[in-house]
Amino acid sequence: MSPTDLLQILLFLALILALAPFLGAYMAKVFEGRVAFLAPAERAIYAACGTDASEEQSWGRYLGAVLLFNLTGFALLFTLLLTQHWLPWNPAGMTALDWDLAFNTAVSFVTNTNWQAYGGESTLSYFSQMAGLTVQNFVSAATGIAVAVAITRGIARRQARTLGNFTVDLTRGVLYILLPLSILVALALVWQGVPQNLAAYVDASTVEGAQQILAQGPAASQIAIKQLGTNGGGFFSVNSAHPYENPTPISNLIQMVAILAIPAGLALTYGHMVGDKRQGWAIFAAMGVLFLAGLAVTYWAEMQGNPLLASLPVDQAAGNMEGKETRFGVVNSVLWAVSTTAASNGSVNAMHDSFTPLGGLVLLLNIQLGEIIYGGVGAGLYGMLLFVVLAVFIAGLMVGRTPEYLGKKIEAREVKLAVLGMLSMPVGILGFGALAAVLPVALASVQDAGPHGLSEILYAYSSATGNNGSAFAGYGADTPYQNVMLGLAMILGRYAFIAAMLAIAGSLAAKKIAPPSAGSFPTHGPLFVGLLVGTILIVGGLTFFPVLALGPVAEHLAMLAGTRF
Amino acid sequence: MTAKKEALLDATLIRNASLAALAKLDPRVLIRNPVMFVTGVVAGLSTLLLGADIAQGGMQGGTENTVLIALLTLWLWLTVLFANFAEAVAEGRGKARADSLRATQRETLAKRVRDTESRAYQEVSSRALAQGDLLLVEAGDIVPADGEVVVGIASVDESAITGESAPVIRESGGDRSAVTGGTRVVSDWIVVRVTQKPGESFLDRMIGLVEGAQRQKTPNEIALTILLVGMSLIFLIVVGSLEFFAHYSGALIPVVFLVALLVTLIPTTIGGLLSAIGIAGMDRLAKANVIAKSGRAVEAAGDVDVLLLDKTGTITFGNRMADGFIPVAGISERALAEMALLASLADETAEGRSIVELARRKYALNLAAGPDAKFVPFTAQTRMSGVDLPDGWRIGRRIRKGAADAVLADALGEEAKARTPRDLAAAVEHIARSGGTPLVVSVDRKPAGVIHLKDVIKPGIRERFAELRAMGIRTIMVTGDNPLTAAAIAAEAGVDDFLAEATPEKKLELIRQEQADGRLVAMCGDGSNDAPALAQADIGVAMNDGTPAAKEAGNLIDLDSDPTKLIEVVMVGKQMLISRGALTTFSIANDVAKYFAIIPALFVGIYPQLQALNVMGLGSPGSAILSAVIFNALIIVALIPLALRGVTYAPSGAAALLRRNLAVYGLGGLVVPFVGIKAIDLLINAVGLL
Repeated sequence: MSPTDLLQILLFLALILALAPFLGAYMAKVFEGRVAFLAPAERAIYAACGTDASEEQSWGRYLGAVLLFNLTGFALLFTLLLTQHWLPWNPAGMTALDWDLAFNTAVSFVTNTNWQAYGGESTLSYFSQMAGLTVQNFVSAATGIAVAVAITRGIARRQARTLGNFTVDLTRGVLYILLPLSILVALALVWQGVPQNLAAYVDASTVEGAQQILAQGPAASQIAIKQLGTNGGGFFSVNSAHPYENPTPISNLIQMVAILAIPAGLALTYGHMVGDKRQGWAIFAAMGVLFLAGLAVTYWAEMQGNPLLASLPVDQAAGNMEGKETRFGVVNSVLWAVSTTAASNGSVNAMHDSFTPLGGLVLLLNIQLGEIIYGGVGAGLYGMLLFVVLAVFIAGLMVGRTPEYLGKKIEAREVKLAVLGMLSMPVGILGFGALAAVLPVALASVQDAGPHGLSEILYAYSSATGNNGSAFAGYGADTPYQNVMLGLAMILGRYAFIAAMLAIAGSLAAKKIAPPSAGSFPTHGPLFVGLLVGTILIVGGLTFFPVLALGPVAEHLAMLAGTRF
Repeated sequence: MTAKKEALLDATLIRNASLAALAKLDPRVLIRNPVMFVTGVVAGLSTLLLGADIAQGGMQGGTENTVLIALLTLWLWLTVLFANFAEAVAEGRGKARADSLRATQRETLAKRVRDTESRAYQEVSSRALAQGDLLLVEAGDIVPADGEVVVGIASVDESAITGESAPVIRESGGDRSAVTGGTRVVSDWIVVRVTQKPGESFLDRMIGLVEGAQRQKTPNEIALTILLVGMSLIFLIVVGSLEFFAHYSGALIPVVFLVALLVTLIPTTIGGLLSAIGIAGMDRLAKANVIAKSGRAVEAAGDVDVLLLDKTGTITFGNRMADGFIPVAGISERALAEMALLASLADETAEGRSIVELARRKYALNLAAGPDAKFVPFTAQTRMSGVDLPDGWRIGRRIRKGAADAVLADALGEEAKARTPRDLAAAVEHIARSGGTPLVVSVDRKPAGVIHLKDVIKPGIRERFAELRAMGIRTIMVTGDNPLTAAAIAAEAGVDDFLAEATPEKKLELIRQEQADGRLVAMCGDGSNDAPALAQADIGVAMNDGTPAAKEAGNLIDLDSDPTKLIEVVMVGKQMLISRGALTTFSIANDVAKYFAIIPALFVGIYPQLQALNVMGLGSPGSAILSAVIFNALIIVALIPLALRGVTYAPSGAAALLRRNLAVYGLGGLVVPFVGIKAIDLLINAVGLL
């Protein structure tokens, strides 16, 4: 590894490590109601919604509120996309979307997936982007955070019936966390040259004399929230590889930090809210171990280059540069790719389709493990807590007590719910993916022959079920079949986890807390971190190993053997 | 009880269990164990496929392939049978113990009487008895049913149940009124009121718990079963979808191979051994002569946070012993010893005997009070005992010994406090502070000195408490002593806390308070007044010689009536939970190696490069798959002894336990199958089976 690469990686890690504790503590304050600099706005919103901010909800009512809010958001966005040609701010004269693409896009943004079956600058009006997508970018992210906070309360509370108030959590998440941070990041991006206007597209003549249309628009504001909210939906089609979306190494660093900052911070918020910071750090560390392992493998794989090209006059000293921007190089592309797949973000600054098979495998596995390596804002935390419940249940017995986590007994009900939540990943990825691998209507989307084609299918359904949103670009996803099935996968992946974890939280909240003793299962410290990581790798690995063997592993071994397809 | 070491398995047991394993193939029985049910269905399916293959004359891939399918089918069935066998063995051992208990409970003739006064009886079969019937049991009779003595006193031989050969006294009223069916009255007679419902004696309940049929799953077993079902579902999706992905990749995987993969992946090891672990746990308790009324209670025992232990009989020997004589000024030590001796000669309590013994030993006194001496027995009112000597005794005539305040009040009257000699008060205070009991001796209404009675702490108990502390369990000593005495004994015994001047109400209050803080409380008790506390505690161990009320309120009954047993119960509970967790972890970790055996075997046809994943270097795809299936079946058999015995458990803190068990069963679970599958594969290829 070159010193500059190492330096860039260390700088990035140092920034995350420095920001997370600060953000973690701040967010805990926000959700404990101890931040109030926008109190008038908060009160106005509650008044408009007819919400009594002091009234808390049971897990069932909290879940009902989440679902109702998201369903309403879906209906509005769906309608907007179908009628964008009648609405204002459409200088490029975009037409209405087909119903299936509108369905897919609406689901995608409401579920914080931001899978993009459309091309931003060629499909959507400015109004659709701003009033539709950007709004959901904020509230879908805030929904995830709110759910995570409610679940945290369930774990922390003793013999309680309620988890908090969804409207209040949602409002505070937007007002005190997402909005201020977005403004900061957007300003920084504008400083780096990202456009922020409502101007018509610019016709330009290139040096060679060709005509080119330069897309414009309110990009900086949407990019800020797309990263902070782990949404990932680019303003432009090629996302953060686009020079207007991500012009410089500095804008690149800002965006990468923005991807992981809130999810990493939330792990520590958790520690604050359960009253034991070590618990937060243990989860943070487990996420960190998986992140670093993925980063190491991907970086190594990409630096190896492609042996199939060795005989060609291609300089591979810089590693595998296919599909990567020269202004970022391998190190920043890898760092970004690992972060965006780990964090359920889905924005890209390089084409994942063109990564080496092993590099692609890590990206795929990052998503398949359940988007818990920091994960989506909120979603990463509650997804990780699901694995905590499982790890504690399986190994907890080995200390000679019935399993308990932070003094709460993990019993049949919690296990049942955790299993149901966890089933969504194999159903969405393997079940739906299997169909897409044999149905002729779906096979048309596959671009490449051989195992790479299988990886494309897998990536699409993993990305949708894991609510990531990034893609192996070769996969032609804008067909009615794929739009509908991927949309369903997104719904499954998002709400199976939310419903299961809120129900678990509701059940845990009602329990007594057994005070810790020398006999209780330790859930902090390296031993637990190792156990948690092991559980995640074994459960996730066992689920996906066979199909990964047929996809990226077969492709990698074939590549080494010089076989092409 | 003889400490005969029991063999884990014997020939009869194995024969019976093998037959039972076949009987358990009945789908209605098998469905109680979802993982094994799936395995059974899969085995059935592959049998059909085998039939189809033979019918087609081995069309799919020649005879070699047919042999492989046949072997796979055979081993799939064996997997189910091995799991059934494990359960049957555990049940068989439980049943054997239950039978030996039941033998004491065979049908006997009962002498039913109409009321407590009547001695005229009518002979009825013990099976025809109803709750509330009154029975006359005379010397030589077997007690026909569990009950409570309402009239009389008798010595009862309980060796059939407890193994203790010395007969015990059972009498009406008080805390020693319970008799158990199957025991024998050796002297005198009693009238017993039947307390059990027909078929619901403690033995019946216990037999139900160790016999599979009536066994109910405990809460943790249910939760674990749900997890295992969930994992099976996940692997069903994995394997089901794999056929599609393989089809995409241009391969057709034989269904038999897929189902073989499924069976090796689903947690058959823990699925097959789960009920055996549970039954074996109950059996281990029964071996310690503790009867659990429910499996839930044993499981909860592992979770106990607080142990409430009675001081007397548990922490200290039941009786206090005389340790020294401290005279007041003007009286010699020897004179005091003489008085104490004379006052105690007729005192048959252990304390009284210990005073006599000490006086005789230390001062070589050999006195007898003579026929004219009049002994004054202890009563609850006077709280003292003593002797009135005839004239002629040099030391005086009227000797009393007893509780300090009682004797002093008797000797000195109303102003006892003021008139108590300084040195006597100091000695009393000193003894009490050190945890002893001062008995004051007076002679002719003059205080003569103090006898120092000392609680003797059982050897080794301090170490037990240290172990419990390391396990995170807090011990609270419960005693009727005053706080001063209690504190001294608590410090000496090394308990964490104590409840002094305990009353049943205070005990109940303490339990409720601990529970409100989220702790699980265990206690043992025998008296009727313990019943509410026993019922309130999460784990209540009732002494078998306790009252029916206490036995009804507790959820475990100790046949030996040994309060120290509570600690064993906790250990057995913990060991059972650890065994379950260890085998679950082991089972899941095993899957990694199975993948490395089967996945390359399935796919080398399409992608020859995947041979690189065959890290074990298994001979051929067929032998690889077969080896994994055989390993998967044999590991169940190999772990049966572990499931029956429970994993080794040395009391220690949770972190240390977790580290050890993760290393042994987690890492072990990763490594062992690599070795095992490779060995089986070598054997298969060496024999030329395929």
